[in-house]
Amino acid sequence: MADSDSHLKSLDYSVLQQCMHCGMCLPTCPTYDATRLERNSPRGRIALMRAIADGELEATRTFAEEMYFCLGCLACMTACPADVNYAELFEHARAEAEKSGELKSVKRRLIRGVTLEWLFMDLRRLRGLGRLMRLYQQSGLQTLIRRSGVLRLLPKRMRELEAMTPTIEKAFSGRLISPLTPPRGQKRYRVAVLTGCAQDLVFSSVNRDTVTVLSRNGCEVVTPAQQGCCGSLHAHNGEWEYAQTLARRQIDQFPPGEYDAIISNAAGCGSHLKHFSKLLADDPDYCEASKEWDSKLKDVHEWLVEIGFESPKVNGSAMETQHVTYHEACHLCHGQQIFKAPRTVLKGIPNLELTELAESTWCCGSAGIYNLIQPEMATDLLHRKVGHIRKTGADVVATGNPGCLLQIINGLENEPRSYRVVHPVTLLAEAYRREKTDVVSEGAETLQPASVGHEVAQ
Amino acid sequence: MPLSDALIERLQQIVGKENVLAEAEDLIPYSFDGTAALRQRPDCVAFVRTPEEVADVLKLGNETGTPIVTRGAGTGLSGGSLPSKEAIVMCTVHMNQILELDRANLTLLAEPGATTQAVAKAAEEAGLFYPPDPGSMKISTIGGNVAENSGGLRGLKYGVTRNYVMGMEVVLPTGEITWLGNKCVKDVAGYSLKDLFVGSEGTLGVITKVLLRLIPRPRAKRTMVATFARMDQAAEAVSAIIADHIIPCTLEFLDRTTIHCVEDYAQIGLPLDCEALLLMETDGHPAVVEEEAEEMQRICRENHCKEVRVAQDAQEATRLASARRSAFSALARVCPTTILEDATVPRSELAEMVRFVERVAKRYELKIGTFGHMGDGNLHPTFLTNEKNADEMHRVEEAFKEIFEEAIRLGGSITGEHGVGLAKKPFLPRFVGDTSMHVMRQFRQTLDPNAILNPGKIFD
Repeated sequence: MADSDSHLKSLDYSVLQQCMHCGMCLPTCPTYDATRLERNSPRGRIALMRAIADGELEATRTFAEEMYFCLGCLACMTACPADVNYAELFEHARAEAEKSGELKSVKRRLIRGVTLEWLFMDLRRLRGLGRLMRLYQQSGLQTLIRRSGVLRLLPKRMRELEAMTPTIEKAFSGRLISPLTPPRGQKRYRVAVLTGCAQDLVFSSVNRDTVTVLSRNGCEVVTPAQQGCCGSLHAHNGEWEYAQTLARRQIDQFPPGEYDAIISNAAGCGSHLKHFSKLLADDPDYCEASKEWDSKLKDVHEWLVEIGFESPKVNGSAMETQHVTYHEACHLCHGQQIFKAPRTVLKGIPNLELTELAESTWCCGSAGIYNLIQPEMATDLLHRKVGHIRKTGADVVATGNPGCLLQIINGLENEPRSYRVVHPVTLLAEAYRREKTDVVSEGAETLQPASVGHEVAQ
Repeated sequence: MPLSDALIERLQQIVGKENVLAEAEDLIPYSFDGTAALRQRPDCVAFVRTPEEVADVLKLGNETGTPIVTRGAGTGLSGGSLPSKEAIVMCTVHMNQILELDRANLTLLAEPGATTQAVAKAAEEAGLFYPPDPGSMKISTIGGNVAENSGGLRGLKYGVTRNYVMGMEVVLPTGEITWLGNKCVKDVAGYSLKDLFVGSEGTLGVITKVLLRLIPRPRAKRTMVATFARMDQAAEAVSAIIADHIIPCTLEFLDRTTIHCVEDYAQIGLPLDCEALLLMETDGHPAVVEEEAEEMQRICRENHCKEVRVAQDAQEATRLASARRSAFSALARVCPTTILEDATVPRSELAEMVRFVERVAKRYELKIGTFGHMGDGNLHPTFLTNEKNADEMHRVEEAFKEIFEEAIRLGGSITGEHGVGLAKKPFLPRFVGDTSMHVMRQFRQTLDPNAILNPGKIFD
């Protein structure tokens, strides 16, 4: 591989050098915690990246595997005293791993081709697949097949994956939300809502709830039915060029100059969406726009607190107390350094009791598609998370990322008591809907019945 | 010459195949500890789990003449756990159990790989206190702390790791396992060998259990921050506080460069026109704490502080302390390479030493931020540089030499809490003198006749 092709060799060396290997990242790294091997730690991985940049090591298969053993939870960035940009290093390292071809196999090539290069490059395809899955699930076919026992013929891993298949929503965001939702009361801001990909298929109600709470707080909300993927999946999986293409499309669809804020409600996307200027730094046509984009991109909790969201005007005592605990999505707390805002949102809801979760910032194992490619580590992390949830005594788990929602729903499935796992904005939206005046509020979102969230069956 | 396959095979027989690393991708991450700009790749890494395994590895080292370097979490700041050439790194992170907490004798017994944090937490849960709090305590191991005699922010009132070590199990370089010390407060039988092992930086033996002394938890604490236009005033205030028979548990300072970096980083609202910021804490009986806090404020005012603020509650205390706590972070993000030093002088010479560091920085055109422990004279001149810049690194080295020489001239030490390791090795002979060097050499040679434990560290 020529040097110019090496992501790590052409990277600004000072980013690597910034790591002073003090070890402060070690106690926060879930993989190091599990193995106690330096190779599985942030400073160890950076040492390997640096060895490649220095020409002391080739991008070997072991290196490539190591980069995919990392969860990319970015807990190390919160702990780092020297402000090392691990997120950037990690994406370049995975790109290096892909370029090396060390992990190539027919199966892997096929999976990546179908998902990264086909399904997620044009979300109409993904929604098409979603409709097929919905048909399969709602027609009763899934129940029939599951009961028939035919699944036992599948290899163990396939059976596990089948059981994890998420339930597809009855309607996607395009049908739940009108392209332009007027503000309730006086217009204070004009914002766009990004509906995402997994979010749109499995949690379109969260998108609808996001629009509800924004509109309720004086935002005119633009939500086009047809949206693209933000590319975070591609960037996190070493597909740099695809990520760039998708970033350009986002900026084209939502010219940042036209909005006061561009809202993401999926932490994993948000933490990628806020760094388009790094991704497009060498593109003269998008360089400036991407900087403006980054400054306008807001996580929904962050924005609600910034504009001073109103507490729902409901008779709290008439509502049943909700016992809630909050799991922090890695890419919200570590990736975007947003710790307080979601709690402020939750505490703004009448009659909601928030109990802190032990190790709330420790990864739940979802980590994008990590639970699919590293099931063992992901399951260990999930069990650890579920153990902490049990101890809170709460029966509602709130978290701001679709991956975490899915993972925790799966984790709580076999618990003796039933839990509800929701996005914080859903709880806020529900409280707003209880406001008397809510009955007359405009906008397509009120045409739909109130969200029931995702109940985890006993 | 790299280690032979036969040797690695024997090592695998001792600790198990899965506990030996020998591939490049596994070894590169063990090429350093927490010390800047030092790198040396080991030939293999072995994870030990029992004193018997440690003994067998050491016997193998003796038999084959293979150097062995003990490593905990690898957070040291003098290169003490940096691999020697062609060495086996023997890592203790899996020996991490807290074995006993004796409430009657106020002691705690731990394996060497237990983190300092785990020790502190176990003590706290029993209503007790383990005071040493090195900056890396969340991950540093207690074995490493004992081997390096680590310090922390509470040195003035509570001392350092040594003051809490009552005993230890060690494996000698030749493989014998022995106990040094015990649970007795009074014990004058023979030489206090345990004290020789505290701070021996992995050269005299391998610690496999540590017996620590715990003390009752102070019931109250007060936190204050004072700012001074001149460093002299801060130093005089500190002297006056101690002369008034108050021993605060924390007396930390930041210099002008550090104050500016902290403010750039954390926007706490620190005054930028002052030369020194003092963080002071007193702890103990609530009534005494109140009285001492009043006295300390009065003394700061008498010594012309610009402002003194007292935390009204725990939350505010945390906020006030954050200026000091974020000092290292604030400095570390300024440049690619951060070199943290720990020259130490008698308390009375501290202001003089800080001024000297400032002059050196100017003369060598370097960026140095100084912060540290004003109560015990332990400074942290922190060099903000770039190891890729050969010319600048040369000036850094020259500046080091001057700072250490000045520290010695003022009756201080070349290292207050990081250890000699590799980083301070060249300065040791002049600091301790020929006779001391000779005694140390003889002693080491007696215990480690084949020179296999951490060769090249502290002295050759």
